[in-house]
Amino acid sequence: MLELIGVTKTVGGQTHIHPTDLALERGSLNVLLGPTLSGKTTLMRLMAGLEKPTTGEVHFDGKNVTGVPVQKRNVAMVYQQFINYPSMTVYENIASPLKVSGESPDVIDREVKRAAELMRLTPYLDRQPLSLSGGQQQRTALARAIVKKASLVLLDEPLANLDYKLREELREELPKIFSASGSIFVYATTEPSEALLLGGNTATLHEGRVSQFGRTISVYRHPRDLVTARTFADPPLNTVPAVKHGAAFMLGDAGVDGASRLPVPAHLATIQDGPLTLAFQPHHLSLSEPFAGAPRLPVTTQISEIAGSESFVHVTHGNSRWVMLAHGVCDLDPAMQVDVSVDIRHLMAFGEDGKALAQVPAEEPARAR
Amino acid sequence: MARITLEHLRHAYGPNPASPQDYALREVNHSWDDGGAYALLGPSGCGKTTLLNIISGLVRPSEGRILFDGQDVTQFSTEQRNIAQVFQFPVVYDTMTVYDNLAFPLRNRGLSEDVVNKRVPEILDMLELTSRARKKARGLTADLKQKISLGRGLVRSDVNAILFDEPLTVIDPHMKWVLRSQLKRLHRQSGFTMVYVTHDQTEALTFADKVVVMYNGEIVQIGTPAELFERPKHTFVGYFIGSPGMNVFPVAIEGSKARVGGMDIELGYAPAVSANQKTELGIRPEFMELSRSGMPVRIRKVEDIGRLKIVRAEFAGQPVSITLPEDTEIPAEPHVVFRDNGIHIYADSWRVGREA
Repeated sequence: MLELIGVTKTVGGQTHIHPTDLALERGSLNVLLGPTLSGKTTLMRLMAGLEKPTTGEVHFDGKNVTGVPVQKRNVAMVYQQFINYPSMTVYENIASPLKVSGESPDVIDREVKRAAELMRLTPYLDRQPLSLSGGQQQRTALARAIVKKASLVLLDEPLANLDYKLREELREELPKIFSASGSIFVYATTEPSEALLLGGNTATLHEGRVSQFGRTISVYRHPRDLVTARTFADPPLNTVPAVKHGAAFMLGDAGVDGASRLPVPAHLATIQDGPLTLAFQPHHLSLSEPFAGAPRLPVTTQISEIAGSESFVHVTHGNSRWVMLAHGVCDLDPAMQVDVSVDIRHLMAFGEDGKALAQVPAEEPARAR
Repeated sequence: MARITLEHLRHAYGPNPASPQDYALREVNHSWDDGGAYALLGPSGCGKTTLLNIISGLVRPSEGRILFDGQDVTQFSTEQRNIAQVFQFPVVYDTMTVYDNLAFPLRNRGLSEDVVNKRVPEILDMLELTSRARKKARGLTADLKQKISLGRGLVRSDVNAILFDEPLTVIDPHMKWVLRSQLKRLHRQSGFTMVYVTHDQTEALTFADKVVVMYNGEIVQIGTPAELFERPKHTFVGYFIGSPGMNVFPVAIEGSKARVGGMDIELGYAPAVSANQKTELGIRPEFMELSRSGMPVRIRKVEDIGRLKIVRAEFAGQPVSITLPEDTEIPAEPHVVFRDNGIHIYADSWRVGREA
C-alpha cells in the first residue's frame, strides 16, 4: 500500500500541494483527475520520490520512504511524450528493465512476448520505435512499464497524444492489464470521460488540493462539494442558483417572478428551505421525457456540438448557460425556443459554502480488485 | 473566399509509384464549396495531412491539379495562394504583446492602422483575450498562446481559405468546449472557406458542414455528420465515428436474410451482393436493445460510465458492444433486439443499401 500522510509541497513560498492524505491499495487503479496545473504531476512526483515533500510522509507497505530517491524504489513511469530508446528495437526496448534486473534470457523472452501480445506489438518487435506510429510508440513505453513489475506505476496522461480511437481501445484494455499485474497504478488525466472509462478509484484535484477520493463512479454520482462536481464534468456542469421553498425550487435567475421552478425530488426533500445551487449533468436535460411527468423548462438554443454517437446542445435558461445531451446527431438551429425536461431524480444541491446538501454516503475506494 | 477544386489528385512520397499502396494519397477528385466548412477526419497516416499540405502549397501533388475559383494554383507557393494557416502548436512572437501578435498578419500585408484597430479588437473580444491585449505573449499558458495563433489565422478578412491543422491538440478539455463552439460560430459569421484537419470526431463533426473521412490514403465518405452516423458508407466510417464504434461481424446473405451463428436476421430487402464478396452486418451499439425476448446474448462485462452503460457482450459468438441509458436495468436472461433502421449490410467493406 502507498500512503501519503499530510504531504505538502511548497516551492518558493507558493503552495503546490496542500496537506494531502491518500492510501492506495496494491492492485488498484487510481485516477488523478483535474485540469492542467491542478497538481497532478507534482503529486505523482511526490509519490515516485522524484520530489521530497515539504512536510508529511510517504509510506510504502508500512515503511517510511520519505526522501528515498526514485532510483532506490521500484517505480515505473510513462509520460505523455513517448520515451523509448531510439537505437534499440521494440523487443530490446521492452526487454531493457528485465535485463537491468538480471533476468534470464528465457524469462525475458517470455515476458517481452506476453507484454507485446497485450499491447498488440507482436508484429513490430524487430522494428525501431521511430518507424512506428505514435500509438505503437506509446504502447512500447507502456509494455516496458508493465514488464518491469514495478510496485508503483505512474502514468502521466499517457494517451493524450494518441488518436481518440486508439485511446478508446487502450482505455478498454488498460484496466484488464492493470488488474492482472498487482501493482499500484496511478493515472493522471484532465478528462472526466477517461476517468469514467477506466473505472477504479478517482481523486479529484483542484488547485493543489484533493477534493474527494473514492470509487470513480461514486465520486461522479455523489460529489461532496461543487468543486468536485465541476472537476468531474466535461462538458461543464450545469448549475443554477435557486431557493428551496417547501416542495419547490424557485430558479433564481430566470428573471420572471416565480415562473421557473422545479419540484423538489424525494432525495432532496429533507434539506432546509433557503438559497442554494442546483446542479445536474448534461444527460439529465433532454428533449424527450426521461420519466412520466418529468418537469420541463423553457430554454433557448445556442450551438450544437456533435460527438458522433451523441450531441451536446448548448442552451440558455435566463442567465444560466447549460449543455444538454442528445442522442445521435442533433444539430438544432441557434436561437430556437424549446422546452426541455429535467431528470430531477439525479439533481444535486449545494449549499452556499459549496458543500453537498442531502449527502449520499460515498463508497469507499475499491480495495484490491 | 474561394471554391476549392481538387482535380484527380494523387500523391506518392517515393519515386516511381507502381501500385495503389505506394500512394500516400490515392485518387481525389472533388470540389469544395466557397464558404463551406470542411473537416478532414481520419487516423494518423490516412493521408489527411498530405491533402492539407497540397491545398496549402507545402506539397506539390505527384498528379492532378488544384484550383481556387477555377484558377490553377498547383504551382503557387503558400503565400501566392493567399491562405491563412493555424498549426497544431502555437506560433506566436513571445516579445510582442497579444495585440501586436494579432495585428502582425495585417501589418505585414501593409494594411492601415485603421483596419488594425478595427479588426484586432473584434478578434480579441471573440477569443476573450481583451483583458490581456497589452500583455507580452511570453509566459502565457500553451492554450492561451494557441488562442492567439487561432486569432492570427482569423484576423485577415481577404484570405481565400483558412486551414487548421489539429489546432486544439494542446488545449485543455474544459477550454476545448469553448473554442470548438467559437470556431463554429465564427464560421457562420464570417463565411470563410475553412478546412480543418483532425483525428477527433467531435471536433470534425461539430465544426464541419461536410466531413471528409479518410482511410489508407483514400476518401471513404464525404457527408454531413448525420449521414456519417446513420448511414456509414464504409465499415471504417462505422468504426471511426461513434464511441464505441459500430459493431461489424461476418454474415451470410441469403435473399433478404442475414445468417450468423445459426440465427437469421430479417433485413426486409435483398442486398445486391455476389457470392465471392466478404459480407458483413454492421449495427451501432445505440441500435441494439437488451430485452427479455429476442435473440440470446451473453453479457461479459458492464461498464458504468455515468451517462450510459456500455455492455460488452457476445452475440452468436461475436463480440459486440451495446449502449444503454443510465438508469436501464439489465434483464436476468438477456436477449437482444436489432432496431431495423440501424442494420447495414457491407460487401467487401462497402455498404450495400436498400436503395442500391
